[in-house]
Amino acid sequence: MTSPLTSTDISLRVNGEERSATADVRTTLADFLREGLGLTGTHLGCEHGVCGACTVLLDGAAVRSCLLLAVQARGAEVTTVEGLAEGDRLHPVQQAFHDSHAFQCGFCTPGFVMTTVALLAEEPTPSRERIRECLSGNVCRCTGYQSIVDGVALAASRDAG
Amino acid sequence: MKPAPFAYAAPTTEDEVLDLLAEHGDEGKVIAGGQSLLPMLSMRLARPSVLIDLNGVAGLAGITEFDGGVAFGATTRERAAERSALVGDRLPVLAEALPLIGHEAIRNRGTIGGSIAHADASAELPAVAAVTDAQLVLRSRAGGERVLSAAEFFQGHYTTALADDELLTEVRIPGSPPGAGWAFTEVARRHGDFALVGVAAMVVLDDAGSVEAARLCLMGVADVPLRLPAVEASLAGQPVSADTVAAAATDAVAGLELASDVHGSGDFRRHLAEVTVRRALTTAADRAGAPA
Ligand SMILES: Cc1cc2nc3c(=O)[nH]c(=O)nc-3n(C[C@H](O)[C@H](O)[C@H](O)COP(=O)(O)OP(=O)(O)OC[C@H]3O[C@@H](n4cnc5c(N)ncnc54)[C@H](O)[C@@H]3O)c2cc1C
Ligand code: FES
Ligand code: FES
Repeated sequence: MTSPLTSTDISLRVNGEERSATADVRTTLADFLREGLGLTGTHLGCEHGVCGACTVLLDGAAVRSCLLLAVQARGAEVTTVEGLAEGDRLHPVQQAFHDSHAFQCGFCTPGFVMTTVALLAEEPTPSRERIRECLSGNVCRCTGYQSIVDGVALAASRDAG
Repeated sequence: MKPAPFAYAAPTTEDEVLDLLAEHGDEGKVIAGGQSLLPMLSMRLARPSVLIDLNGVAGLAGITEFDGGVAFGATTRERAAERSALVGDRLPVLAEALPLIGHEAIRNRGTIGGSIAHADASAELPAVAAVTDAQLVLRSRAGGERVLSAAEFFQGHYTTALADDELLTEVRIPGSPPGAGWAFTEVARRHGDFALVGVAAMVVLDDAGSVEAARLCLMGVADVPLRLPAVEASLAGQPVSADTVAAAATDAVAGLELASDVHGSGDFRRHLAEVTVRRALTTAADRAGAPA
């Protein structure tokens, strides 16, 4: 058995690319993405699991990157908001959010977008009720949520999953 | 970096975990889903010197048949249990409780064993364990294996019978009595919040449509999941009626000592608990086949 580590090399796939950097084992995945890899699209609000701003996909499942250590993601496939668009072409969920004015300041948006991508991958045609339930783990200070629910529904109607 | 420094171990077998726990004692802490522990580390409410990650341990997660019910390896994700057809079939009360835990992104990581070991007095799974007469399997180098009931395991808010060097390895939930109707009902301020109160109930009816057996467990009103054997016994033999249910609900909340906080006064909680017991018993009786 390897003995306990305090700092280590962390290699993982992020948005389809092999990435690696050295980090202290107490670094969260969110801090590792932002500070270690320079991917600042993943936002940090509460840093204890409540606001959803830091949501990323870990092997396809939506998770809080503030509640995961980077060292726990070794060997995993992580998708962040930076991994969605293809060049200048927004991902269908991003485009639907844009078309529905599903954000104001945009701070919460990466988390909502990643949560929506995970939802539509599993359930391409969720009801409005189901959309609301699924988004309940993400907090927005600006929009009042209606336009975000509209954005998800629009994405679903365009077969964006 | 918000957590205080620690060393990180990623064992791959249960034996290695038990060795690490034996070596580090109260300085070591296992991490399962991390959905409760990571916030505690970040707020420095927990400062272990060694963090022992269970996520790479082979064979510690899994859903298998057990005594007409289901056994869960400790690191089975809440979301995996929620999606399991076996759980839907055999443990309707667990299937109803799981979606009430936080949000999907939380349940994608959070584990059955983690929630039970964490023993938050407002958590759903400890109440499910108590109402289903679950068996909790604990192992350590020094003590070998012991199997505890929920009543033996839960000792207070965040406090359990787990010794510092002990690992919860399995949660075994036996099958339901034939014909049982189950319900899990709670009141939370918003979807996904920890509930103010919750109630798990079971009702079995006899041929005449009276209550043959009942179980009742309240959550969020005491520092442990609260089974109410006296109320359960008093329901036996009673016809299912609004009066029977109302009387049981009144008895159920009679002895509660409820504190006030920002989320609600003690009186408000008592009122919620009484209404929730009524709803849970009514739903369980309906599902057991009581005429509406
Ligand atoms: C925003 C948010 C909302 C939430 N809402 C709810 C809710 O409504 N209801 C609810 O019940 N929970 C809720 N939770 C908590 C969630 O269910 C956790 O997943 C669960 O309480 C702990 O499980 P875990 O696997 O993440 O454990 P961890 O966080 O990894 O561990 C928790 C504790 O248990 C110990 N432990 C874990 N596994 C074992 C084991 N096998 N043997 C011995 N000790 C062990 C750890 O050492 C630690 O002390 C919420 C969490 C968040 C962040
Ligand atoms: S920053 Fe992770 S949930 Fe708020
Ligand atoms: S758009 Fe500002 S927080 Fe959501």
